[in-house]
Amino acid sequence: MNWSWTVFFETIPLIAKGLWITVGLTLACYLFAAVFGFFWVFMSRIPSKIVRSIFGWIAVFVRSTPPLVQLFFIFYAWPVIPVVGVSLNPFVAAILGLGIHFSTYMSEVYRSGIESVDKGQWEASTALNLSTRQKWTKIILPQAIPPTIPMLGNYLIIMFKEVPLASTIGVVAMLHIANDYGSQYYKFVEPLTVVALFFLLLSYPSAILISKLEKKYNRKFDKKAMSS
Amino acid sequence: MGSLPDIFSTLVQGLKVTLLVLVLSIICSTIIALVAGLSRVSTNRLVTGVTGFYVEIFRGTSLIVQLFWFSYALPGLFNIHLGSDIWVAVLAISLNYGAYMSEIVRGSIQAVPSGQTEASIALNLSKFQRMRHIIIPQAVRMMLPEYGNYLIQILKATSLVSLIGLTDLLYYGNIYRSTHLSDSPTVYLLLLVMYFVIALPLIAFTKKMESVSKKGVAHG
Repeated sequence: MNWSWTVFFETIPLIAKGLWITVGLTLACYLFAAVFGFFWVFMSRIPSKIVRSIFGWIAVFVRSTPPLVQLFFIFYAWPVIPVVGVSLNPFVAAILGLGIHFSTYMSEVYRSGIESVDKGQWEASTALNLSTRQKWTKIILPQAIPPTIPMLGNYLIIMFKEVPLASTIGVVAMLHIANDYGSQYYKFVEPLTVVALFFLLLSYPSAILISKLEKKYNRKFDKKAMSS
Repeated sequence: MGSLPDIFSTLVQGLKVTLLVLVLSIICSTIIALVAGLSRVSTNRLVTGVTGFYVEIFRGTSLIVQLFWFSYALPGLFNIHLGSDIWVAVLAISLNYGAYMSEIVRGSIQAVPSGQTEASIALNLSKFQRMRHIIIPQAVRMMLPEYGNYLIQILKATSLVSLIGLTDLLYYGNIYRSTHLSDSPTVYLLLLVMYFVIALPLIAFTKKMESVSKKGVAHG
């Protein structure tokens, strides 16, 4: 057994520095995915059936292919493409790559929320002669999004655990620091264990928080359904 | 400037490893998920405690970290050599997704209405018969759509094995890219298409299972 507690405690402050980069990158990716998720919802509601199915398939394609390959595409291949190609720094590439990948999941969450809004609400908005914009911002979305908050929170935790992929294109966060330390001193196990512990430390309490939130929301919305 | 068939013939060399890791991981993670899922509904506190610990550890940390951890820690820390890196990859992916999928197994078993358990007790079925003939057949139907989704997740996860040096699709893609920089858009697009083609049967399976699980269920 080659375990050294000295190395273990020595790497904690080093990797803690990377923790904030991981958390920041997670939030940035999440924000991008949350906004871009509406794009897919919008595209799935366009009247033209051809456009709808094209974007539907693109979303399925993005969702069922590895995010790592998508990341490499954006980081390595995008700059080479003539005319539209631009070099991106690793951070931007990670935000774009992981953000687009997870936006296809977010759109599914939004869609489930929108579909759960009662049919009468749509009819009532039409009857009240609300404009499309008013219908969405005042009637549908305020009812569609709150019940999906626990699900959206789950995706935040899932993304947190996918962000270390960015270390493969050179984002210096927790995993990257651990691997650097490992190759410098040939001590991999301790820094990697520290990284794993940091992940656990953040994601486990958040998961508990979200399941509590889920229960609370379920009660709240069940009550509403019963009284209506 | 390489042509499309050129690139394809390079990438295709990695297909065997990708498919091998995929199939082995699916088999192992399914077994782990069933065992861990059933253990978590056990009445034995020790069994539920130990599996609960396993599930939370593997769900709480990142797969890529686990993959690195296993590939460095098993030989260094415990002096375990699995023979080839394929087994390290399969072990990490299976333990990770086994933990996630055990939650579906547990959830589905708990979602079977309690009247079914009461009826089995009333019919004097043994605990084993109750599980085998009453609870599990109903629970499996509920598991299948989510299970299909996880199979796609496992396929996506297999792309990580190139990071610990396995020669899968992505590994050959990166090799080709490093010598033919201007071809990199074609290389990665082709890779994405190849992964998508492998995913198509899994997507079809998931769709099919969604309709199977809905069929004949009165309460929807």
